[in-house]
Amino acid sequence: MVLDANWAVKWLTLCAQAMAEHRVELIELDRAIGDSDHGENMDRGFQAVLAKLGESTPETPGAALKMTAMTLMSKVGGAAGPLYGTAFLRAATALGDSAQIDPSAWADALAAARDGIVARGKAESGDKTMVDAWTPAVDAARAAADGGSTDVLGVLVAAAEAAEAGAVATDPMIARKGRASYLGERSAGHRDPGAVSSALILRAAVGAAA
Amino acid sequence: MKKLINDPKSVVQESVQGFGLAHAGLVTVSEDPIYITRKDAPVAGKVGLVSGGGSGHEPLHAGYVGQGMLDAAVPGAVFTSPTPDQILPATLAVNSGAGVVHIVKNYTGDVLNFETAGELAEAEGVSVRTVLVNDDVAVEDSLYTAGRRGVGGTVLVEKIAGAAAERGDGLDAVAAIGERVNANVRTMGVALSACTVPHAGTPSFDLDEDEIEIGIGIHGEPGRHRIPMENADSITNRLLEPVLADLKVSSGDKVLLFVNGMGGTPLSELYIVYRRAVQVLADAGATVERSLVGNYITALEMQGCSISVLRLDDELTELWDAPVHTAALRWGV
Repeated sequence: MVLDANWAVKWLTLCAQAMAEHRVELIELDRAIGDSDHGENMDRGFQAVLAKLGESTPETPGAALKMTAMTLMSKVGGAAGPLYGTAFLRAATALGDSAQIDPSAWADALAAARDGIVARGKAESGDKTMVDAWTPAVDAARAAADGGSTDVLGVLVAAAEAAEAGAVATDPMIARKGRASYLGERSAGHRDPGAVSSALILRAAVGAAA
Repeated sequence: MKKLINDPKSVVQESVQGFGLAHAGLVTVSEDPIYITRKDAPVAGKVGLVSGGGSGHEPLHAGYVGQGMLDAAVPGAVFTSPTPDQILPATLAVNSGAGVVHIVKNYTGDVLNFETAGELAEAEGVSVRTVLVNDDVAVEDSLYTAGRRGVGGTVLVEKIAGAAAERGDGLDAVAAIGERVNANVRTMGVALSACTVPHAGTPSFDLDEDEIEIGIGIHGEPGRHRIPMENADSITNRLLEPVLADLKVSSGDKVLLFVNGMGGTPLSELYIVYRRAVQVLADAGATVERSLVGNYITALEMQGCSISVLRLDDELTELWDAPVHTAALRWGV
């Protein structure tokens, strides 16, 4: 398996599928501690990405991610639009014009995405935000890549599993950023919707390579 | 829940189309991307005022586009901030060369999207200043939260900064007036019932028949705490106490009292709240010099209200009294 432009297109297609399938779940999670719009916004954003992919085929993974960044930034709205837009843009920049992504480049792209989210949203680990899914994913991908893994699927799986565990770990946290922070201690006991959508995106990356 | 809509996905678009038809003499509606501008924009030599945010708070913001208030309003999806691809063209459309002030309610999404659009506008040579509204005392402001929300005070900032721009103030002066209003206004709200976002289909939070939610925002998000239902006077006391404490209202202060309905509460009840609020302010030695009562910044069909108190000085009073001609506020013309 190589992570090339075809893989990227399949990844983004699976992202759109995942957001449509989990739309109601994300709305429900957001209803509990936010304002009930996350599932709707993510679904609308990735449907727009899907439409763009139908118009033209990107030549590199980086080009696919850049197109995704611009589309999410202009279609999603809320905090998620600029945050995911920045994440995909930084990842695209990290990948450059490479035709294929090796394990180390994937770890670097995830780190760049996470750094972009932190720079825009000013959230830290433990604030009950999407950062709590991204940082464990970055660390796991880095460890797998540094462990000499030449199996790119293994690195994708490591990142996705860490993001999923990171999303679950937001349950007891008290939100300190984003709309859930207005709830204070009442935000504990609910899973952060942004961390869940982040995990869905990284899981779709595995699906595209499987 | 029953709603007078055709399709949840077309709520904003169809509502804005109707708004444009109803107020064709006042505004021009751009449909793709969606934004609303003052009919005579850009007004030569005048600083442009742009605000925006999620839909569902009507008449905010489109209802305040017109002479003496906003030059453009940018509505997002319901309770979702608009995107830079809407905010940028709205900003460019109202720039006469004197620069543009963005009035932004302090929510993570609104801040990020307006910040991005502001940077893009600057790159196109338009000077942009941002006035951040964060008047909600229900949220404890600290480094560990997203900060206080922008709520009722937004309407007052838009009116008064709008009047400053209309009289010919420069870019920095208009922004400074907006910031002065924000610094002198505090708001606290209560919900008697939740609201239902069209695409979600179920109420934004669950509230029992005998419960009320204190310290709500304007997005149907839950507030600070939940208490058993009380009478109007007790609720009014409860809302005003933190407002007066935080604003440090003292004897001799002149204020504007704004009792705002959240969309589902009749005007008669808002006046009952207003009546008690005047008494509480009088007990604190403050005089109510100006008033505003009605549904001006709402959360769909939520029942409840917010109370805002703005400390006035002579200039702010004069700007409040200045002529305004918009769909939702009109006097002096």
